[in-house]
Amino acid sequence: MNADPRKLVTIITEAAIERRLLDDLKRLGAHGYTVSDARGEGTRGIRSAGWEGSSNIRIEVVCDEATAEAMARHLKSHYYAHYAMIMYFSDVGVLRPEKF
Amino acid sequence: MSLDPIVLFFILGLAAGLMRSELRLPGAIYEFLSVILLLAIGLKGGVELAQQSLGTLLPQMVAVVLMGFLLPVVAYPALRMLGRLKRADAASIAAHYGSVSVGTYAVAVAWLASREISFEAYMPLLLVLLEMPAILIGIMLARGVSADTNWKRLGHEVFLGKSIVLLLGGLLIGWAAGPEALEPVGGLFFGLFHGVLALFLLEMGLVAASQVGSLRRHGVFLLVFGIAFPLFAAVVGGVLGLQIGLSIGGTTLLATLAASASYIAVPAAMRLAVPEANPTLSLTASLGVTFPFNILVGIPLYQKLAALLHGSGG
Repeated sequence: MNADPRKLVTIITEAAIERRLLDDLKRLGAHGYTVSDARGEGTRGIRSAGWEGSSNIRIEVVCDEATAEAMARHLKSHYYAHYAMIMYFSDVGVLRPEKF
Repeated sequence: MSLDPIVLFFILGLAAGLMRSELRLPGAIYEFLSVILLLAIGLKGGVELAQQSLGTLLPQMVAVVLMGFLLPVVAYPALRMLGRLKRADAASIAAHYGSVSVGTYAVAVAWLASREISFEAYMPLLLVLLEMPAILIGIMLARGVSADTNWKRLGHEVFLGKSIVLLLGGLLIGWAAGPEALEPVGGLFFGLFHGVLALFLLEMGLVAASQVGSLRRHGVFLLVFGIAFPLFAAVVGGVLGLQIGLSIGGTTLLATLAASASYIAVPAAMRLAVPEANPTLSLTASLGVTFPFNILVGIPLYQKLAALLHGSGG
């Protein structure tokens, strides 16, 4: 199997900023994204997803390294200080590199 | 204290949450229940709206909007000076307390209905109007007027939020369709209202219980403010209700609306517009203190206040 290397960017954050964040990611070069509901606990307490104020989302984007770096810089400077947010990167292989 | 079944559901949720029970309603269920409540309240108001003339409504609408601007302006200095809170936190909490809680309103409506106290059925219109002014004031208190706030984007996010769209949508559908045409859908929205409200309060009990930990961390000020400010606001709402000619039931509801603190529209708006405000503080006060206080103690008290203002005793 000939897989091309790409970055999988995973962001877990507050559902309240979903639309704003997705606009930013698309502007920064994401060709697509996947959003799922999530819940958990971190330094900002339990995010139980029991009601809208405590719901979390997990956003996944597969992209090239430059785009991933741009996203990292943007999120760090615009969101990290005030929002419950984590972001991490994994190396993944894709079969259709032109899509990402 | 009243022993209405819906209040008992709230106490059950509260107790289950405090005892760390496994009980947990999925977020989707909560969403569904709140959608039904918001639409039902909107529809009920809309049906009645068709029978009112703008001439009687307009002065009441203006007065209520002014109250929506006034309450956060009063709350803010109290939070800043007595609570020594940061500017953003004080502004955000002030916005929560200037706006309204639809859940509290629904309980007050059920409370009045079970005692056969009538009220102006177009109250949901005033409820919608009270949602918004405090959000604007809160943002201005936190940011100042001239700051580089993107009002267009913010307006879109604030005024097209779930609660305002559903309440206004319900009002318009009710107004356009009229009572007879609404009968086929009435089973869901009106027939099941009390059952839906009971389940909703069960979940709200769980949510309120989950705030207790942060209440312990953030001290007595939030506890005192979360009870004292609603009492003050209820008097403002009650006096205004009397002035604009509402009945005892209507005055009770306006006092309740003034006393209630938002936990749907305002938290979402503040997260976007004033991100540096700590949401834990405002939600602890609003959900952990004021909501339970209003449900358990406040509403009967505000009805007594309304009766007192109208001069007919208790």
